Amino acid sequence: MPDKIKFTVDGKECQAEAGMTIYEAAKANGIYIPVLCHFEGLKPVGSCRICSVRVNGRWMAACTQPVTPGMVIENASPEVEEYRKAIIEMLFVEGNHFCPACEKSGNCELQALAYRYQILVPQFPYLFPKKDIEAFPKFLLEHNRCVQCQRCIRAIQTPDGKKVFAMKNRSGRVRINVDRKLAARLSDEEAQKAMDICPVGAILRKEVGFRIPIGRRKYDRRPIGSDIEEKK
Amino acid sequence: MSRKLTIEPVTRVEGHGKVTIRLDDRGKVAQARFHVVEFRGFERFVQGRPYWEIPVLVQRLCGICPVSHHLAGAKAMDIIVGVPPEKLPPTADKLRRLMHYGQMLQSHALHFFHLASPDLLFGFDADPAVRNIIGVAKTHKEIAVKGVLMRKFGQEIIKATAGKKIHGTGAIPGGVNKSLSPEERDFFLKSPAPFNIDTMIDWAQEAIQLFKKLHAENRAVLDSFAHFPSNHLSLVRKDGALDFYHGVLRAVDAEGRKILNDVDYRDYLDYIGEEVRNYSYMKFPYLKKLGKEKGWYRVGPIARLNTCDFIPSPRAQKEFEEYKAYTGGKPNNMTLHSHWARLIEALHAAEVIKELLNDKDITGDNLVKKGKKKHEGVGLVEAPRGTLFHHYRINDDDQVTMANLIVSTTNNNQAYNEAVRLVAEEYISEKPEITEGMLNRVEVAIRAYDPCLSCATHALGQMPLEVELYDSEGHLVDRKRK
Repeated sequence: MPDKIKFTVDGKECQAEAGMTIYEAAKANGIYIPVLCHFEGLKPVGSCRICSVRVNGRWMAACTQPVTPGMVIENASPEVEEYRKAIIEMLFVEGNHFCPACEKSGNCELQALAYRYQILVPQFPYLFPKKDIEAFPKFLLEHNRCVQCQRCIRAIQTPDGKKVFAMKNRSGRVRINVDRKLAARLSDEEAQKAMDICPVGAILRKEVGFRIPIGRRKYDRRPIGSDIEEKK
Repeated sequence: MSRKLTIEPVTRVEGHGKVTIRLDDRGKVAQARFHVVEFRGFERFVQGRPYWEIPVLVQRLCGICPVSHHLAGAKAMDIIVGVPPEKLPPTADKLRRLMHYGQMLQSHALHFFHLASPDLLFGFDADPAVRNIIGVAKTHKEIAVKGVLMRKFGQEIIKATAGKKIHGTGAIPGGVNKSLSPEERDFFLKSPAPFNIDTMIDWAQEAIQLFKKLHAENRAVLDSFAHFPSNHLSLVRKDGALDFYHGVLRAVDAEGRKILNDVDYRDYLDYIGEEVRNYSYMKFPYLKKLGKEKGWYRVGPIARLNTCDFIPSPRAQKEFEEYKAYTGGKPNNMTLHSHWARLIEALHAAEVIKELLNDKDITGDNLVKKGKKKHEGVGLVEAPRGTLFHHYRINDDDQVTMANLIVSTTNNNQAYNEAVRLVAEEYISEKPEITEGMLNRVEVAIRAYDPCLSCATHALGQMPLEVELYDSEGHLVDRKRK
C-alpha cells in the first residue's frame, strides 16, 4: 500500500490517498469545502469556483486540483470565505431566484449555501435579466434559475451516449441548450435524474412539484456540509 | 365652503387604503369613498409559471390568510389534473379542511382580539394610545392571552398540515403532500390545558359571551351602526349547511330571498361581473342578474350566516339559532354584528377541528390522485373574510396563460363604500371640527369587514392615519396626523 500524502488544511495535519483532489482529500478528513458545479461521480470541471482554496498562497479549485505532499491549504480563512460568499451572491443577482415559490426550495444547493454563508442581502445589485422557461415533454427548463454548472450536460445521456444538454453562446450570454429530439426520448426516471442532479430549480420534472413536505427536504434538518463535518 | 376629508391610510386593517369624504357648503356629506391605492399584479406575473407552482405562489398574496389562496389555487389545479375537489382521496380532503378550519380559527381570533376588541372594549372615542392590543393586554390580560393562544393554536394546525405556519406547501394538485402523524394529532387533542382543542372550543364560546355582554351594554350603537340592506353571497354545502371549504354558490337579498340558488361555482362568470371605477385599484363585483347598480353584495361572516340554513356542529348551531332569532330569521344587515357572526364561525371552526382530529382518515396515507388533464380550472373557498374565486387556464406545456382572482375584500367593495357613507353621514355631517373619534368610527365600519387590502389589489405595512381638509378650491386648509 502506497504511503499516504500528508498536507495541512487551516493548520490541521491531514492524510489522503494519492490521486485524490483537494476536495476529496479534505472530505476524507472530515473537512467540508463547498461545491456547486461538482457532483460525486461526474468528471469535475471547476467552473463555479465556489470550492476555491488557497494553496501555498495561490488560488486553486479544490474539485479539480490533485492533492500533493506538503500542500498548505487555506480553506476556512475569512479571505477565502468572503471570496466564496461573493461568488454565491453573484449567482443570485445574475439570475432570478425567487425561493418562496420554487419547488426546489429546501433541496436547493445554492439556497443551502446562502444559508450556510448567512447571506441576507447581496452586496451586488440585482440584474433582473429577462429569461424564459422552455418546455419539453418530461421537464421544464427554467433559465431564470440556471447557474450553468454543467452537471446536466455531464450526467444526462441517451443509452447510446449522446448528450441531451449542451452549452450555447459565450460569456454573459451563455445558457444551457437542449436537444429537443433527444429530450423527447427521456424516460420519467431520466427526467427525475436530471432534476435531482441540478443543484438549483432549473430542471423541473413535470406535474410532480412540491411532493416532498416541508420538514422532510434535504436541508430542512441538516445544513449543507454537516454530513461531512460530522464525520470528524 | 365645501371640504374634503381624507383618512389615509386606514389603520388596523390588512393593507393600505384611504377614505375620502367630501362635505358641501353646509358641511353635509356629499360623497364618501373607500379607495384601495395599491397594485400588486399577481394575475399578470403568474402567467408562464407551471401550474403545480400556483398554490404555493399565489398564497404570497397575503400573510394573514395565505391558506385561503393556497387552497383556492389547489382546488383550481385539482380540476386541471382531472380530479374535481369532491373526488379527492378522503384523507386529502380532510387534511385540507383541517388546514382551512385551523386558519379560520386563527384569522378570526386575530381579527376579534387584536384588531376589533380595542374599539369594543374601550369605546370608539377612547385615547388611541390605549385603544390597541397593548391596551387590551394591560387592562384585560385574560382576554388578550386567550386571543394570542387561540391564534397560535390555529397556526399550529396549519403548520402540522402545511409544513409552515405561513406559506406552507401542504396542498398539491390532486391532493396533499403529507398527512398527520398520530403524535401530531394527539398534540392537539391531548395536550395539557390550555393548549388543546377542548379548551379552544370553550374559549371560542366565551368570546361569543363577551360579544353578547358588550352588545347588551351598547345595543343601540351596535345595532344601528352602519346598518344597511344588501345582498349576501357565500358558499354553502349542498344541503345548505355552513361550509368554508367546498359546496355551491348561494346569494340572498336583504329579505332572505334567494338570488342564486345553489349554483356550481365553476360557472361563476355566468353570475358575477366586475366593474372598474377610476378612483380605486379594487374592482366592484356584482351579480349579473341584478345589474351593476343593484347587484352588489356582501361576503364574509355576516353573509355566510345569512345564506346558510344551519351550522353542522352542535354548539355553533345553538349560537346560530340565537343569532338568527335576533333578526326574526331574516338576514342580519347590521355591520357590527359581523363580529358576532365571526365568533360563531370561530366556534364552529374549533368544533370541526376536533371532529377532523378524531377522524381516522386524518392519519391515512392515500394522499394524491390524478385524472385526465384539463386546460382550465376554477377554485373557490370561503376565506375568513369571504368568498374567494381563483380561475386559471394553462397551455399544452403546463404553463399558466390566464389567471383571474376575485378576493373576499373585492367582493365587499361596495359594502365598504356604503358603510363609510352611512357612518360619515351620521357622525361627520354638519360637524365642522374633526375629532379622532369621528374618524375612528369610519375605520370601525371598515374594520368590521376585516378587509385585506393586500389581497384585494392582488400590500403590506404599518399605517399611520392622516386626515386632510380641503376648501372648495381644493386648497389644503388643515391636516391632522396620528
